[in-house]
Amino acid sequence: MNAPATMPATTAQIQAAPTRNIMIVGVGGQGVIMISKVMALLGQKQGLQVKQSEVHGMAKRGGIVFSHVRFGKEVWSPTIAKGDADALIALEWAEGLRWLDHLKPGSGAFIADTRRIVPPFACRNRKTGATMNYASETPAEIVSRVADGYALDATSIAESFGDSRAANTVLLGVLSTTLDYPIEDWLGVIEQLVPKKAREINVKAFEAGRAWAEAAQADPSLRFDHAIAREKTYAKPQDFEVRLEINAAWCKSCDICVKLCPERCLALNEEQIAYLKAPEACTGCHICEWLCPDFAISVNTVSREPASA
Amino acid sequence: MNLQVRDIDAGTAEEAAAPLMGNEAIARGAWEAGVRVAAAYPGTPSTEIMESLGEYPASDLYAEWSTNEKVALDVAIGAALSGVRAMASMKHVGLNVASDSLMSQSYIGVHGGLVLVVCDDPGIHSSQNEQDTRLFARFANVPILEPSDAQEAHDFTKLAFEISEQFDTPVIVRSTTRLSHTRSAVRIGPRVEQAPKGFVDTPSKTVTIPANARRLHPKVVAREAKLAQYFETSPLTVWEKGDRTVGIITGSTAYLYVKEVAPNASILKLGASYPLPEQAIRAFAGSVDRLLVVEELEPVMENEIKAMGIAAEGKVFFPRIGELSPELVRSGLAAAGLMDAPAPAISLDIEPMARPPVLCAGCPHTASYLALRGVDARVAGDIGCYTLAAVEPLRSIDTTVCMGASIANAVGMAAAGETKPIVATIGDSTFLHSGIAPLVDAVYNKADITVVLLDNSITAMTGGQDHPGTGRTLRGEATHKVDYETICRAVGVEWVRKVDPYDIGHLYQTLREAIVHKGVSVVISSRPCVLDPVKIKGTPLAVAAAGCVACQSCMNLGCPSITWTEDMFEGHHKVQIDPATCIGCTLCAQVCPTDCIQPVTQ
Repeated sequence: MNAPATMPATTAQIQAAPTRNIMIVGVGGQGVIMISKVMALLGQKQGLQVKQSEVHGMAKRGGIVFSHVRFGKEVWSPTIAKGDADALIALEWAEGLRWLDHLKPGSGAFIADTRRIVPPFACRNRKTGATMNYASETPAEIVSRVADGYALDATSIAESFGDSRAANTVLLGVLSTTLDYPIEDWLGVIEQLVPKKAREINVKAFEAGRAWAEAAQADPSLRFDHAIAREKTYAKPQDFEVRLEINAAWCKSCDICVKLCPERCLALNEEQIAYLKAPEACTGCHICEWLCPDFAISVNTVSREPASA
Repeated sequence: MNLQVRDIDAGTAEEAAAPLMGNEAIARGAWEAGVRVAAAYPGTPSTEIMESLGEYPASDLYAEWSTNEKVALDVAIGAALSGVRAMASMKHVGLNVASDSLMSQSYIGVHGGLVLVVCDDPGIHSSQNEQDTRLFARFANVPILEPSDAQEAHDFTKLAFEISEQFDTPVIVRSTTRLSHTRSAVRIGPRVEQAPKGFVDTPSKTVTIPANARRLHPKVVAREAKLAQYFETSPLTVWEKGDRTVGIITGSTAYLYVKEVAPNASILKLGASYPLPEQAIRAFAGSVDRLLVVEELEPVMENEIKAMGIAAEGKVFFPRIGELSPELVRSGLAAAGLMDAPAPAISLDIEPMARPPVLCAGCPHTASYLALRGVDARVAGDIGCYTLAAVEPLRSIDTTVCMGASIANAVGMAAAGETKPIVATIGDSTFLHSGIAPLVDAVYNKADITVVLLDNSITAMTGGQDHPGTGRTLRGEATHKVDYETICRAVGVEWVRKVDPYDIGHLYQTLREAIVHKGVSVVISSRPCVLDPVKIKGTPLAVAAAGCVACQSCMNLGCPSITWTEDMFEGHHKVQIDPATCIGCTLCAQVCPTDCIQPVTQ
């Protein structure tokens, strides 16, 4: 693997090259498109036909972003079919899990940063005792279920070089050990696409990714971060009972609690006094209690059994 | 019959060429064809076409962001009638807006070539429907070209100008999200200047009074026949000879999926799907044992081929809804008994986590909808980023129909006797696009509604394009900046207030006053987008955990910078703020009942 980076691939090499399907997934703003460009350029350097197709969610930030890169002698479809990806690179842990079914069973490489970007949607349940709705699978579980899994804290590795944004390049370093292309080509493409001042850090990040992967290939126990365990479970919603009391004598019909209750479970009765119209919807959040200018509302959350949290 | 016949194995060595996105390839093709005037209103997935054209020298072509798609097409029509090559680009639903112009333009024809690029969105990645533009082409009797990849997008766009001038017709080039946003190598060429022909004085052609229109209509019908004849032998119609047991008629990106899944099939690839080349289709059908039609969305070609009396199968195997994929084409061909069913996907037993798109940290729309939720109004929404406020936790939009619908929807709600306060919310770009006429209607008909004009001074959702309210043109030149308050007053709105949405208390109070006002009231909620034209970043805020009572007031903003911690208070998670993404808008601090959210101090 010491061919010069600029050497054009021979026709025979192109004929023999199998089509490679690489999926890159993450969250808006993480650099999915940047990695896609690296892969597309790398494929082009091998003299191959390249197609790169992307779909970004509705929001510029925070939504799902995924990109398909395919290169080979002749590439038709712009998208990769389920079960056809040679590698899945996940810049965010739960996004990697979302697309796992696109990996080629038996051989596909799963390369994921274990860093989490928790969406507000995962913290939406206002019920007392609710748990975070983030993917609960641990790196150990996932690596054991895929053919060739790598789950690493690439962001921390990148931070050790002074720039967390180089995490993507750490993952590229891991990927480079699973594909048979000259290292000079990888480095050449990275240097071509990253800004000049970030080159040194990115080369270090790439090499660190390679070193991590080579160690993990030699010792499978190093393929995932053992420290990440399942989230502890809290007392379940039904373990609590919410008691909301309104002192009618103190209520002056200002309507603040009715307007600002996020569940809309309060209303004014015929005498214009606040009352709990939908007790089943009340989550015990206390907002009405905090906002009542006349201290007319009290909310008490009572455990039905000794707190287990 | 002189069909282009291509042997399947005649692999062409792809020379190194520029990797272009489908949309960039369309722009490049138009530039090479010598386009002089181009106009568009932004809309996913079409936006990058005009952005890309705007990067070519101003001496080569005039390019503009138009106030809406009809204006864009009318600008292009005016230019084409004045003897230069012209183009308008838009998303599929934009053509609904521009359709009035298209229907008449089809009768009038062109002097300089006129190309209309329309980008469909099968799968509804970022739209309100997945209508099929090929039906519009038939409605308007206008030819439609359907490239399958970036190279064809480039080549077909150039050819479209030729066809337009040769047959005296506007030509639609139809892209899809997949083609528009896929990058592949494109062999490009130089620009070929077209000598301007000047305005040709032909009122019998360019003025559609009834007497003229009656003479023009037969020409449209005759043109259809001539175009069909042209497509019989045009390089757009390609017969790929292969296995004779099945023949597949296809086009657009569906062609790529067919090639991926069934590389040995006989294929008739139709680069133009209206009008159909009947003789070529008959000859192809006669050469194979069985005929399939693989097309995305509506069974447009299938129905017309069946109407020719040719036996064909299509939608019985392939979905009529959503985007096609190699998987769907494979399972369709398997259902037709032509190949083995794909192996069932291995179940890894993982419940995918929901990650819906959200309003950005510090988005000024957040405060507007939080306040609207507080007043418990019936809210008619519109098209823009702010549509995201329709879901939890803001959940404060009741209707979203299409561009510019909100204000007239509100008028209708009031007329129907809705008892809640009625509010229409509309963004600045959408208001200029098609919100002014309904505002005039509301005042004229004495509707009792409140309009909240969400002015973030950009077309945000499509990636930050300028519009008449930003004071900048497509090419970045300074220009007049529309003043919304003046517009409102000029059409007769007496109650107009401008507020800063970052001051939630003031915004809430203003909204309550606006709702009490009888008649049309307008609240202009004004604050620049946090991403465009400049990314805003201020001192982040932090939560003092000791004071947090886990009331979730701040979580109810839906801000992506705020999440739970492991720390609990009475059964609820306390919260934390990510300093890297927080821009310091202070909305969470304003709604916090315990004042535990404060700016980070060094």
